[in-house]
Amino acid sequence: MTPDATDRAILNRLQDGFPITPAPFAAVARELGLTEADLIARLERMKSARILTRFGPFLDAEAMGGAFCLCAMAVPEADFETVAAQVNAHPQVAHNYARAHRLNMWFVLATETGDEIAAVAGVIERETGLRVLRFAKLREFFIGFRVAA
Amino acid sequence: MSIDATDRRIIAATQAGLPLVPEPYAALADALGMDEAALCDRLRAMQERGIIRRIALAPNHYALGMVANGMSVWDVDDARIADLGPRIGALDFVSHCYERPRALPEWRYNLFAMIHGASRDEVEHKRARIKAILGDACRADDILYSTRILKKTGLRLRQKEG
Repeated sequence: MTPDATDRAILNRLQDGFPITPAPFAAVARELGLTEADLIARLERMKSARILTRFGPFLDAEAMGGAFCLCAMAVPEADFETVAAQVNAHPQVAHNYARAHRLNMWFVLATETGDEIAAVAGVIERETGLRVLRFAKLREFFIGFRVAA
Repeated sequence: MSIDATDRRIIAATQAGLPLVPEPYAALADALGMDEAALCDRLRAMQERGIIRRIALAPNHYALGMVANGMSVWDVDDARIADLGPRIGALDFVSHCYERPRALPEWRYNLFAMIHGASRDEVEHKRARIKAILGDACRADDILYSTRILKKTGLRLRQKEG
């Protein structure tokens, strides 16, 4: 499916946040001039079509005492799918992207404790026989993750 | 800062997403055997403490035609990154901006700025604007385009208590 103008308005609105009230869809629907049922039906459709990747609480692992770390690997093309499966099998891998570069696999580890980052990276190195470069964030300049739909 | 067993159960129950029903918090509270008001109080408290950044939707950029997604990387003078970083992070087309350690000799870049666009031309145009801001504080740069999402789930909690 291709999202129409109403779907796009929903995507834009819901990236900014969702109220914690007994009938939150009704509240957002009112703002957008929709009915609650239409809003929910559209979200269901977009979820099925995978236009919506996630809808729910976004956590800050660091605020919970945990950690995030961006990691990169240089994976030989012939082994790429195998290594992707090995990396993705770890629940601590929050997302993983193929990128056009010698370092062609970039993933984020999200763990509940700082120590777990090194441990998981070590396990991935042993499983794959490849080096895992770790780029822990030193400073964050902005996080207003939002894409105009 | 940490979370207790009840917060942990709430987070675990929402990691697959909020139910798409008129009263999602009531449905969630039922599933957890909790009172809806108590659940909402805890969600609000976690949001105030920054444990929950926000309750929101994450769209799939590719499905929205944002097919070009470039991780721009910059080798910026360490003495100037504190001043320049916030200027890059403030650009409306930069979604994430971080200072990260170099991994010499393999990786010389210390500033990462994620740029999204409908085409590589659009991303390259935005990248040129970053380059202009960094000026002579930038010694080298590159951009890594994503070619495929291999996984995207967000943070998962282990199913443990406490």
